[in-house]
Amino acid sequence: MPEATYLDANELVINMGPQHPATHGVLRVKLRLDGERVLGTECVIGYLHRGVEKIAENRTYVQFAPYTDRMDYVAAVTNGMGYCEAVEKLLGVEPPARAQYTRMILAELQRIASHLLWLGTHALDIGAMTPVFYTFREREEILKILENYCGARLTTHAFRIGGLQYDLYDGFEKDVAKFCDYFLPKIDEYEELLTTNRIWMNRTRNVGVLSGADAIALGVTGPVLRGSGVKWDVRRAQPYEAYDKVEFEIPTGDHGDTYDRYIVRIQEMRQSVRIIRQSVERIAPGPIFGKVGKVIKPPAAEVYHSIEAPKGELGYFVVSDGSTHPYRVRVRPPSFVNLEALDIMSRGHLVADIVAIIGTLDIVLGEVDR
Amino acid sequence: MLQNVLQFLSTHYLILATVKIVIVFAVLSGIVAYLVLMERKVLAFMQARLGPMRVGPWGLLQPIADGLKLLLKEDIVPAGADKIIFLLAPVISIIAAFTVFAVVPFGPPDKGFVISDINIGLLFILAVSSLGIYGIILGGWSSNSHYPLLGALRSSAQLVSYEVAAGLAIIGVLLCANSLSMVEIVKNQQAAGIWNVFRQPVAFIIYLIAAVAETNRNPFDLPEAESELTAGFHTEYSGFRFALYFMAEYTAMVLVSAIAVTLFWGGWLRPFASVSWLSFLDYTPVVVFLVAGVVVILGSVKNPLAGEKMFLFAVAGLCFLLAALVAIPAVNAWIQGVFWFVAKVMVFLYAFIWYRGTFPRYRYDQLMNVGWRVMIPVGLANIIVTAVVIYWWSKPHAAAAAALLLR
Repeated sequence: MPEATYLDANELVINMGPQHPATHGVLRVKLRLDGERVLGTECVIGYLHRGVEKIAENRTYVQFAPYTDRMDYVAAVTNGMGYCEAVEKLLGVEPPARAQYTRMILAELQRIASHLLWLGTHALDIGAMTPVFYTFREREEILKILENYCGARLTTHAFRIGGLQYDLYDGFEKDVAKFCDYFLPKIDEYEELLTTNRIWMNRTRNVGVLSGADAIALGVTGPVLRGSGVKWDVRRAQPYEAYDKVEFEIPTGDHGDTYDRYIVRIQEMRQSVRIIRQSVERIAPGPIFGKVGKVIKPPAAEVYHSIEAPKGELGYFVVSDGSTHPYRVRVRPPSFVNLEALDIMSRGHLVADIVAIIGTLDIVLGEVDR
Repeated sequence: MLQNVLQFLSTHYLILATVKIVIVFAVLSGIVAYLVLMERKVLAFMQARLGPMRVGPWGLLQPIADGLKLLLKEDIVPAGADKIIFLLAPVISIIAAFTVFAVVPFGPPDKGFVISDINIGLLFILAVSSLGIYGIILGGWSSNSHYPLLGALRSSAQLVSYEVAAGLAIIGVLLCANSLSMVEIVKNQQAAGIWNVFRQPVAFIIYLIAAVAETNRNPFDLPEAESELTAGFHTEYSGFRFALYFMAEYTAMVLVSAIAVTLFWGGWLRPFASVSWLSFLDYTPVVVFLVAGVVVILGSVKNPLAGEKMFLFAVAGLCFLLAALVAIPAVNAWIQGVFWFVAKVMVFLYAFIWYRGTFPRYRYDQLMNVGWRVMIPVGLANIIVTAVVIYWWSKPHAAAAAALLLR
């Protein structure tokens, strides 16, 4: 990769975003270009900063839960789940089995929905305009299930600290099973459009290569890490809810390129369906709420809890001073950490690849900026 | 009276040509406008949605609404732009796109379906259509903005490389037809009794790919790659100047389809034109109009709006009227050529839309690789093979030997 440009010509600095169709929100990337070749990138973030962590200090534990939905707004269910679990850990409470399986079903549905949104927009960025309509069609079915369950489609606030607010509606299991049967063949359809498509392979193979060592050094998690061949999944490594009781595989890639990450996410959707099917079988009648008082007042302590969100490891560090308000909530958002890898992945590539690499990182700016 | 008019027109060639030009321009503009609607509809059906439905029944009046909207919009010239060139660039694009139709034979020339059959028709097409790229480069450069500049650079590289490939593909046809005149090329296919697509399949495929690239269509739509360069070279354009670029692109689509049909698919010739027992195919236009009428009637029955219902009935009536008209033998014989020509062009246009619904986009360097490392060598090889085969075929002893071999 040339450090200096030809004829001492100035590098062309291009400002991509914050309003750009392919930066998935309000990410601003300053690109230093030599012709179309990228010499370096610099991310400017903060356009969507809402001070979520500070807000937490002025809300009770219960009041803060809906705010978490607004971070990764395409995967609100898992966001809320991580927070609820962190506070439960602080309280020393465990939700009953029925609540655990319900949480798993909804979280995996949300993972599929998030991956569908990623797949559609990623393909759209690379120029295939059709998949996005197909993936949104299937995502809609998931959102309908979420809506039937808790009344909201996007910012669901599905869970409560200690369990669930609502029991499952009649026919929930049937809806979910029907969705699983409907959805699996659809994944094959997406793969037919893309997986062996020459142009798609040209555009994604050897683009944005991230070695396993680099990925670990940068703290990258989720499908991006697994695409680089590191078999790390919080669901398996530090099981929460009932993930230790269900069978599933952790798909990994070999080369750490964009194509591998695409395959990993496609496989993950299949694995999610597998988890959902097992959970639906095991869900049994019973209580849905653990032993949590009316007022949540954890003892003075601090706790870190992380879950496998669709985009990677989502961690909550909650410090309690014994009052009804958290003393401090720090969020470890997967998107923010994964975005760090953009520069190393994009050097030496072309402008068109930047779009593919931003897409493959699967970032949500609400989560990056908080 | 009619005799006198015809006499007058044939002696005053310019008037006849002008009339033809006006007709072609008007019809072409209409086709281009409705091509946009067709694209939106076809894409929509491929993508599990409906497409435009609001303006008129099934969105049939959408192109008119779009045109009006763009006409009424403010014509913004960015500060720092090179004003004269900025204003001129889209005009260059559209003029180049429309001018080329002067030599395209829409039907047999003896029935007056060609504006001008010049003996260097193909060269004229290559020359004038290449001018269209000036519109893109100048437009991108004069905008004085980064994204348009990158878009313009991309398209200049792309168009130059793919024009070479398209030119090489055309040479294969020239070797077969022995003429540069578009009319002669079709007549040659008629005489040979076979379309060039079967004589020059490699050239056809190369031309098809190059044509998609030259019109900046998916999967080669890099110059206006929305996700990378916002809107490419026309990022800074608005209002009717943007519409001119837009029309130029779709006109170019129609143009390359028309050229492909003329060179490879037998132009105005009916499929199996020389097979006499298939001559009932001459009445396909009647069937097409009848089916169109029935479809519209069926659609109008379901339409709840009285006004739209009336409109659809009128459209259906028009279809039936046209069906009756083309059933008259004299009219049928007259429109025969142009009907098949338009039908074949439609097939190509549908394919263009189909690509857009299916393929991701090539990257700039990959596009160049495909062009220079694959298409151009294959095109050259095709020319050599064609030339050798024609050379040996034309020699008496070779023909005799071939006849022996083939027996």
